[in-house]
Amino acid sequence: MTRITVNVDGTSYTDDVEPRTLLVHYLREQLGKTGTVVGCDTSNCGACTVHLDGRSVKSCSVLAVQADGHEVTTIEGLATNGELHPVQRAFHENHGLQCGFCTPGMIMQSIDLLAENPDPTDDEVRLGLEGNMCRCTGYQNIVKSVRAAAGGAK
Amino acid sequence: MTAVEERPAAELGSPRLRKEDQRLITGRTRWTDNITLPGMHHLAMVRSPFAHARITGIDTGAAKSASGVVTVLTGADLKDEQGALPNAWAIIPEQKAPEHPSIAVEHVAFAGEIVAVVVARTAAEARDAADLVDVDYEELPVALDLKAAAADEVLAHPDLGTNVSAFWEFDSAAADTGGDVEAAISAARDGGVLIEREYRQQRLIPAFMEPRSIAADPTGEQLTVWSATQVPHFVKIFLALVLGIPEHKIRVIAPDVGGGFGGKLQFTPEEVLTVLAARRTGKPCKYTETRSESLVAAHHGRDQWQKITLAATKDGTVTGLKVDLVADMGAYLGLVTSAIPILGAFMYNGIYKFPAYHLSCTNVFTNKAWTDAYRGAGRPEATFAIERVMDELAAELGMDPIAVREKNWIKHDEFPFTTVSGMQYDSGNYEAATAKAKELFGYDELRKEQQQRRESVDPVQLGIGVSTFTEMCGLAPSRWLGSMGYVGGGWEHASIRMLPTGKVEVITGTSPHGQGHETAWSQIVADRLGVAFDDVEVLHGDTQIAARGLDSYGSRSLTVGGMAVLAAADKVLEKAKPIAAELMEASVDDLEFVDGKFGVKGTDTSMALGDLAFAVFQGHKLSAESEHSLDADATFDPLDFSFPHGTHLCAVEVDTETGRSTIRSYVCVDDVGKVVNPLIVEGQVHGGIAQGIAQALFEEGVYDESGTLVTGSFVDYLVPTAADLPAFVTDRTETPSTTNELGVKGVGEAGTIASTPAVVNAVVDALRSFGVNDVEMPCTPHRVWSTLQGRAADTPAAPHSAQSTSMSQEGQA
Ligand code: FES
Ligand code: FES
Repeated sequence: MTRITVNVDGTSYTDDVEPRTLLVHYLREQLGKTGTVVGCDTSNCGACTVHLDGRSVKSCSVLAVQADGHEVTTIEGLATNGELHPVQRAFHENHGLQCGFCTPGMIMQSIDLLAENPDPTDDEVRLGLEGNMCRCTGYQNIVKSVRAAAGGAK
Repeated sequence: MTAVEERPAAELGSPRLRKEDQRLITGRTRWTDNITLPGMHHLAMVRSPFAHARITGIDTGAAKSASGVVTVLTGADLKDEQGALPNAWAIIPEQKAPEHPSIAVEHVAFAGEIVAVVVARTAAEARDAADLVDVDYEELPVALDLKAAAADEVLAHPDLGTNVSAFWEFDSAAADTGGDVEAAISAARDGGVLIEREYRQQRLIPAFMEPRSIAADPTGEQLTVWSATQVPHFVKIFLALVLGIPEHKIRVIAPDVGGGFGGKLQFTPEEVLTVLAARRTGKPCKYTETRSESLVAAHHGRDQWQKITLAATKDGTVTGLKVDLVADMGAYLGLVTSAIPILGAFMYNGIYKFPAYHLSCTNVFTNKAWTDAYRGAGRPEATFAIERVMDELAAELGMDPIAVREKNWIKHDEFPFTTVSGMQYDSGNYEAATAKAKELFGYDELRKEQQQRRESVDPVQLGIGVSTFTEMCGLAPSRWLGSMGYVGGGWEHASIRMLPTGKVEVITGTSPHGQGHETAWSQIVADRLGVAFDDVEVLHGDTQIAARGLDSYGSRSLTVGGMAVLAAADKVLEKAKPIAAELMEASVDDLEFVDGKFGVKGTDTSMALGDLAFAVFQGHKLSAESEHSLDADATFDPLDFSFPHGTHLCAVEVDTETGRSTIRSYVCVDDVGKVVNPLIVEGQVHGGIAQGIAQALFEEGVYDESGTLVTGSFVDYLVPTAADLPAFVTDRTETPSTTNELGVKGVGEAGTIASTPAVVNAVVDALRSFGVNDVEMPCTPHRVWSTLQGRAADTPAAPHSAQSTSMSQEGQA
């Protein structure tokens, strides 16, 4: 067991974890942050995407111990004072989700994408989301959501 | 109270943003794997690495003594209590099938079959201990190739004595729905046109994003089971039938479910084993599969060979269609495995007026994962075959593919139309949808560009693919299902509860997993009862709440379930009316219901439904005989299917040097009848098209020669990403269905059914001038390139239509 201290969605946690524990399992099982989900075992699907110190990572490919001393934001920490993040709102307003299983990861990745490139083209959005799979939407409304959020942020 | 003024003029048809989004975009979700209960045990499955083997020994000693392990269960432990997994659809009375155990006892028939279950304190401990279970196998020869298996060269289940599960036939002459196909074929051989082709429907994997998960809680009087399923009501009844648990002692909940696409239309070994583990240990148990397990062991889809013979006259009028199918069941029959090809059997004639039709289907076992429903279930196969072969007919005759279709399709004034397969198509307007699609697509300009590229022998060729599809949707009339050998019904149920404060609870027997029923059903009820959209709550997926229902699949939810909701709303009004009359001291005949209020005609006395609900709750002014409730239950069983249709056009650029196909534009005009929520409909179409394109270009479940799934992870099973797909142009025409009052038709499967042939037709069209008339799916760069290499050597670069208009000989590709 290794002792780690991680700030997740604004709360600081100190915990003992097995060195092999993945960040996503730490979040889900030890902290109850079940908004972040697991969709694969090969780091392909992006469903588990969170922010580590403000940059997106696939939390299934980060060890919990690697988050020691760092700040993690999950989908559950995005809204502030009940106000949705503009990207969350854009997904809702543009029907960017159906079953919603990919959505937490999509939204976290989209925020990162927009931080890098505040005004992306459709193709840039598609490339930027290449590591996140969605089986329901055919991506069209996801692209639309991200573009709408970009427009709204300006 | 009711806020009538907040409603749009009509909820039906309005693009309401979805109610279900709020929890999904904030992570406030209840996926089955999120459920943890005190003392919960976790399961890990040990699965056979061999496709076909006898189990000669299992040593669970090391696993049992590992840290945190509660017990390890094997087939020997569970054989007397596990029962057999059901097939609910014997397509012929003599259908053969091996016993389907949840956990193998002595014999495994596909790689991925469960041979032991580890029950431990944590999921990690369970997984660690699973590695310690030592299983000895004696390998057996494998039946993998579908055609070889059909010939019984190697038996997938030696005890069964054959690999053939069933042979099913439809003949229009015998059914008296059309003529004799053999006569049509002879006539075509003699001066007409005969197109003979063989198509491969590759094996696909549904690949819903949420892996399957089950939690079972045996504490308490009722056994509670949560499952990531499309069919909680099925799971409940089959747990009772298979395990002998009294039905009234079981509660099944499908909480938030992350997609299904047919892949979660199943009663699974994992559900049975989780329940058995919970029963044995007396503790809540949970099992969540890994993605690899999901790809290997959750049921697959498609996997057929299709032999198609189309007879026509020289002017392009089709005179007969003959179809011979060989369908891979995989190792076992699931709930509706056997019927999947048959669900397509009535749709091979598509939107056309064919005079003669014959179909035969041979269902075959192999040592591969079981197959069952996958989005479209039988109908994508049928549509692919007919739409591919209509393009071949056009090419053969040098006609435009749309012109050939037009020559044969049912005209808008010919509905209702009884087809050669005996289906009665309710309504449609193929002309209108096609005209609109052609215009949006710029069909004529693209044809011109194609011609130029052909003439200049441009290394990047342009292909245009046409797909004009229809499907039977809305499973289904119970009488039809019964006549086809299905054990269940096809009705749907709904209840409406009028709460004292005027809020409304709608309980539906459908079980959404992404389709937005909470939003659409709210719209239906808001309109009918004159209440605000936000005052309606839709409850589903818990058998203790939605006690009756037949769940969601087969594009049935709106056409059957939505209609049940409407019927329940009407019953609420029927119940409310005499009570309103009593309370307003008026005659029932003088009441009218407008904008959510019962009013006395010719006066300004009125009472809103919400106020009525409160008065009923109080009961102060009701007579003793009155029923103190406005709640109502209703069921709906449709008279017939509904038949949505559409025209999909796809332009593909094929780089003849690399074989790479790029979709340049995709246009579709669908007609799904009346629309409750256009936003949701459009989303369904997008997602459907993506899955159909995935079959055309990317996905294939591949086994190696020993029966190991090579595409057992998302590294190898190529679910397309955003970067792989184009933007789609979608539009609609609206021809109301005549089989239900809402005028709606299903939309869940439309895009998937239509898009695959549109894309492959485009790829083939791009290569047509090289003499290519087929590319097997998925049309990967390598496959396209090799096809070109094979053909280019002996075929000059001239349009196929210019070569010959005689009988096609090169068709048996
Ligand atoms: S769960 Fe992390 S990428 Fe799939
Ligand atoms: S919305 Fe279902 S996987 Fe993306």
